[in-house]
Amino acid sequence: MRGFYVLLAAVGLGGGAWLLYAARHKPEQPTVPVSPAPVAQAGSFRGYTLGSDSAPVHITEYSDFECPFCAAFATVQMPEVRAQLIVPGKLQWRFRDFPLTNHKYSRTAALAAQCGGEQGKFWEMHDQLFFNHQWAQTGKDPTRLFRDFAKTIGLDADRYDACMDSQRYAGRLEESKQEGEAIGVDHTPSFYVDGRAFTPRPTSDAFKALVDSLITHRKR
Amino acid sequence: MLRRQAIAVLALAGLLVSLYLWLHKLGVIGVLQCGTGGCDTVQASRYAEFLGLPVALWGVAGYALLFGVSLVAVQRPDEPRRRPDAAVAVLASLAFLFTVYLTALELFVIHAFCRWCVGSATIITAIMVLSLAAVGRRR
Repeated sequence: MRGFYVLLAAVGLGGGAWLLYAARHKPEQPTVPVSPAPVAQAGSFRGYTLGSDSAPVHITEYSDFECPFCAAFATVQMPEVRAQLIVPGKLQWRFRDFPLTNHKYSRTAALAAQCGGEQGKFWEMHDQLFFNHQWAQTGKDPTRLFRDFAKTIGLDADRYDACMDSQRYAGRLEESKQEGEAIGVDHTPSFYVDGRAFTPRPTSDAFKALVDSLITHRKR
Repeated sequence: MLRRQAIAVLALAGLLVSLYLWLHKLGVIGVLQCGTGGCDTVQASRYAEFLGLPVALWGVAGYALLFGVSLVAVQRPDEPRRRPDAAVAVLASLAFLFTVYLTALELFVIHAFCRWCVGSATIITAIMVLSLAAVGRRR
């Protein structure tokens, strides 16, 4: 009987220690160059980017913040894409909004990300929206939660509120969506590699194979 | 007696796995350690909630209950009415059916596998087999 309680204590303590470790050691996103905060006019804006303008390959993603597949891509594949392709300078990643009409809070989320971008923290807000994607399943108005995200990443709350209230980036979202529709985007996430549609299953391995192949081919 | 002890240890392991997934859901744990890459797909799907509560929270509650009842069973080896054994068997069977439903969703609807869910499914299957064996043996 004593052996049983020792085993129970070992499992309990080991598991508790593991949970504590997991809670305290959140993996950090690698540092990559990000595009500067753009001006508010829709016409001149072509989306936020990760990676150098001089990268040999450019990928554009059309995404919807409420879409579960976009969230899965952003949380599972994108960290690998960042580490393996963007950080080494092989790839520049461009994010374009494609808010789907059947998603109730996509536009609110996209505006929140743009308002984060206004203060130089688009990608931080992007990560908050995708890594805490429970909001998309509850059906509840996430406006207050997004404000909490904004505060979590250190945005000036007053500026964020003013930005959201004015909806000053609504035109930018609309233009981004029209741009996507013009080139044939009909689902999210959709990807274009140097302007060509990428149709295989979007995994970091698939992108890595393609980008490496393009770079090798161009060197010849 | 060994069966009851094994059930208690397995229930504790299941409780820890569910707690890990629930803490992730709460945002306490950043990224799930998931070799298959399917954990976030499963966790981000609309099936990650059941009756308005996260599935992981149901797991925490279920395993905590199983752990508590199995400890009672360990403490009362000579309980004549076999109530604790029967209670564990009923709870484990219900949890097993729920797990079959969740695994079918992963297979046929979500098309992604979460290794932690598979781990929990293995644990609850083992608990159910052990608990049914314990009940059957005492008849």
